[in-house]
Amino acid sequence: MLKLENLEISFATNRGSLHAVKGVTLDIAAGESIGIVGESGSGKTVLSRASMGLLAPTATRTGTVTFDGKEISSLSRDEVRETWGTGMAMIFQDPMTALNPVRRVGSQIMEGLTVRLGMSKADARKRAIELLGRVRIPDPEQALKKFPGQLSGGMRQRVMIAIALACNPKLLFADEPTTALDVTVQAQILQLLSELRKELNMSMVLVTHDLGVVAGHTDKIAVMYAGEVVEYATTKDLFARMRMPYTEALMKSIPRLSTPSGSRLPVIEGRLPDPTKPEPGCLFASRCPYAQEKCRTQHPDLTTDSDGHQYRCFFPLGAAQ
Amino acid sequence: MTTTFDGNTAHLRPADQTLLQIKDLVVEFDLGGGRVVKAVSNVSLDLVEGETLSIVGESGCGKSTLGKAILQLPAPTSGSIVFQGTDITKLSKKDLRNVRPAMQMIFQDPVSSLDPRFPVSRAVEEPLKIWNRGNEIERSAKVDELLNSVGLDPALVRDRRPYEFSGGQCQRISIARALALEPKLLICDEPVSALDVSVQAQILNLLQDMKEAYGLTLIFISHDLSVVKAVSTRIMVMYLGKICEIATPDELYSRPLHHYTSALVGSVPVPDPERKVSATLLEGEPPSPLDPPSGCRFRTRCPAATELCATEEPMLRLAADGHYVACHHPRA
Repeated sequence: MLKLENLEISFATNRGSLHAVKGVTLDIAAGESIGIVGESGSGKTVLSRASMGLLAPTATRTGTVTFDGKEISSLSRDEVRETWGTGMAMIFQDPMTALNPVRRVGSQIMEGLTVRLGMSKADARKRAIELLGRVRIPDPEQALKKFPGQLSGGMRQRVMIAIALACNPKLLFADEPTTALDVTVQAQILQLLSELRKELNMSMVLVTHDLGVVAGHTDKIAVMYAGEVVEYATTKDLFARMRMPYTEALMKSIPRLSTPSGSRLPVIEGRLPDPTKPEPGCLFASRCPYAQEKCRTQHPDLTTDSDGHQYRCFFPLGAAQ
Repeated sequence: MTTTFDGNTAHLRPADQTLLQIKDLVVEFDLGGGRVVKAVSNVSLDLVEGETLSIVGESGCGKSTLGKAILQLPAPTSGSIVFQGTDITKLSKKDLRNVRPAMQMIFQDPVSSLDPRFPVSRAVEEPLKIWNRGNEIERSAKVDELLNSVGLDPALVRDRRPYEFSGGQCQRISIARALALEPKLLICDEPVSALDVSVQAQILNLLQDMKEAYGLTLIFISHDLSVVKAVSTRIMVMYLGKICEIATPDELYSRPLHHYTSALVGSVPVPDPERKVSATLLEGEPPSPLDPPSGCRFRTRCPAATELCATEEPMLRLAADGHYVACHHPRA
């Protein structure tokens, strides 16, 4: 469905070239769901925007993005537009700023239907009501007439999902879809996305900083750090046998219900490396509790073990030291 | 509008042991046309010095309004707030101003809570200047001390502006500023919700360190039960302006008695792909605070609701040592 090969993206900034995505190779099959996990600045959002052909003009890109057999960078602006909605669609972190505050919910959903699918207004309205029902909005006919400001955060995110699903996309990008929401609503939205994906046999890319969010809702997970994929495995395998020290550190830092009260939470010391200053060794070395001399001088390649689990580490967890 | 004392004070401790005691606090917002939003309805709570009380609930449950009402921002509609022996709701403007340095607040969005034009040193120094604490040299030394204690290197950060920092660093600067006047009480309103998971842990640890170093008493407001577990001495769960349950963290998580608490516990994402989706996932959203349900406010979403819940409002009562719940049919 979607294939990224050796994708490199950098931005020209006044401090020099900022290398945001470094040599990422991923592929997503039809109906598959993949999680992209990383901290702010890991390149996860840039990666998903690049896949949709939504990069800023200051970006330079090498490598290929192939969607449905077509190379995205070889397409013209209009041809890329053709893939939006029917091919790929995206939902964003903040449903308030992603929706137009002065247009009714109904007209925002119907826009894609009339423009992209050429539906008549009456048909589009019928379909919009059906879509709002699909995303479990109570009383869809009333909801059509509302403005985004009259809806709660969770309801707005449901509207965003309805808009994204309007033209039956084959692939849905969800960029931190629940970060701005309450935990209770987060659980509902994640559940809804999982159900819809199965119902519509759609592929999904779920981008998040929280390993807890992707655990129950994806088939595969790619962990990103400083622009690189540092671990890539099936969800089951990743949680069962973590190889990369960064993934382990990220996992440990999640606050949990089982954390003893009054205890200190484990943290990842230090900061992400400066993306404008390339470093010779492993990018995580300065924060890694297991780092050795080799890690500071040589850059580890992505290694694949016998069952397809990929990691970027000289001294992976669980290996004989 | 007058409110009757509803007796929901079973969980309060003797007033002479507490730093802060709030009784029957009501905050209402008049929308005009006879429509009144009851954001906080008859809430009572208390804090012993050195304690951390966490207030947990969904958006719209009144937790932030409650936090702000304690600081008189704006003043509550009715009820009393006794801080260090004085009812601050009855103070004159001038007297209230003199109490304010002892109560500080940090907010959810650390970037917008700092003035983008102020360098860090000026942001942290401002409270000291307003209160005429020390001369310029002493103030500068105090700023350096505060920045050091929140884990920032004064030499590197003093002259930089907020946009040059990450969200986590901005929250550190906000904490340094809040501590400048050496407050007794620090109210943290969703201090880590806007931050990455990995940075959340750093800020939570920092708040615990600061609590010890500066002898603080904390109120910690959050929508996420997993975040408050490590830092709290007591946790209070709120729903639509009312208290559902109060207990120590270990007690609350191992034995949630209120059905709402149990649903909140079940909503926390767990990094384990084998875990089944919780059966107690909450349906729908909270009803409008303009027209809250009669009786128990949670009954419209509660799996155990009966007729009694619609007619009679449950009172907070003692269920186990230090564990209070407002429910007619608590979970076993």
